[in-house]
Amino acid sequence: MVHDHKLEIFRGLLKFKSNTQKIWGVLIFLSIVTAIEVALGITKPRFLTHNYFIGMKLLNWIFIILTLVKAYYIAWDFMHLRDEKSSLRRAIVWTPIFLVCYLIFILLFEADYIYNVFKDGFLAWNF
Amino acid sequence: MDTTVTTGTEDSVWGGGNRPLGASYGKMMMWFFIVSDALTFSGFLVSYGFSRFKFIETWPIADEVFTHVPFFHGNYPMYYVAFMTFILIMSSVTMVLAVDAGHKMKQNSVILYMFLTIIGGAIFVGSQAWEWATFIKGDYGAVETKGGRILQFVNAETGERAALADFAATLPEERVKHLKKEGIWFEQEGYKTSFSLNEVVEGFKTTPNILIRTETINEEGEKTLLNRQESLSKLLDATQVVEGANLIHNEYGSRLFADFFFFITGFHGFHVFSGVVINVIIFFNVILGTYERRGHYEMVEKVGLYWHFVDLVWVFVFTFFYLV
Repeated sequence: MVHDHKLEIFRGLLKFKSNTQKIWGVLIFLSIVTAIEVALGITKPRFLTHNYFIGMKLLNWIFIILTLVKAYYIAWDFMHLRDEKSSLRRAIVWTPIFLVCYLIFILLFEADYIYNVFKDGFLAWNF
Repeated sequence: MDTTVTTGTEDSVWGGGNRPLGASYGKMMMWFFIVSDALTFSGFLVSYGFSRFKFIETWPIADEVFTHVPFFHGNYPMYYVAFMTFILIMSSVTMVLAVDAGHKMKQNSVILYMFLTIIGGAIFVGSQAWEWATFIKGDYGAVETKGGRILQFVNAETGERAALADFAATLPEERVKHLKKEGIWFEQEGYKTSFSLNEVVEGFKTTPNILIRTETINEEGEKTLLNRQESLSKLLDATQVVEGANLIHNEYGSRLFADFFFFITGFHGFHVFSGVVINVIIFFNVILGTYERRGHYEMVEKVGLYWHFVDLVWVFVFTFFYLV
């Protein structure tokens, strides 16, 4: 069992004195991120909903990136992947990432194609 | 292990007994399970994305669907889901604290933190049940067209949604009940709405300040509002009244939205529920001193991994169902 903990987060910017302290630190960080997400979701700033980057609203990009940030800290600190061997960590992390990226790519392209068929084809569904 | 090894070196790579990943068998298997379960959830969420991209112009806006907070009336989008997220993250924290206390062999702290984790999980499952109930019950009501599209009603003066009860007429209608003795097969009647289609249509005609809102999302990212003339002609397409949501009808818009909501949050809620059950089992084991006798608290660590995974999944469900 792993007893020694790595106590730094943000690439060593923040170093905690004990594992317990680190847990509370990560909780505060995750709460702040969630609060930002909720605040943006409620206010929906016009600037972020009317500008697009690769076909998606900036607001949605922010949401997805913040989600990945949260997922990183949950996996690294709560599931203590940070303390595991890098070989275990890589096996756990990169396998799903690769498969999910593939799945996203294929299904979303297909869905967009079907959307265009519905839109341009001689097909009525919105009646 | 070294009986057949002839190299003579005790730390031979091929002599067996190596732990290249530095994790025990149980922990490895928990990680295997988590990875495969993560792929299952990814499949669900990506298929949600598939349906959404397919109907990108008419998909319901989550902010307008989940607007309720228990014991409060009014329009509070997202607050309650944010609260649920916080509860789950909080219970994740108590779980890590339990694991940490387990490493230090502090039985009483483990008991306390496990207990708090279970409470957090129970609050979350309860909140989800409430959310389901609210979603199934519905709030304003709508009518469905022949093509299965949803028409909602808006008060033209205030710009707010209008409930069916606000304008529907009361007509002296006899409702013929379908009985078992009539017909060769007995079919269930299905659910009964508080107003008939006729009552809604008549009420709409006599109330000039009610407009129809279609599912189509306009440039502003809002649902399209028809004017009075268009509304009256659009209402002719209506075939039935819809209140609330189930797997076949959904007053909030696309029925796929309801299907995915029930499926994904239901599957996640089932994970939380089973997580609570496993936590309770481990909790009693801790009280009985099983792990004190065993000499280590790795079992707490393993259920901890599962519990955090449930939290991790919720982070994604929260984003893709409620935020994006």
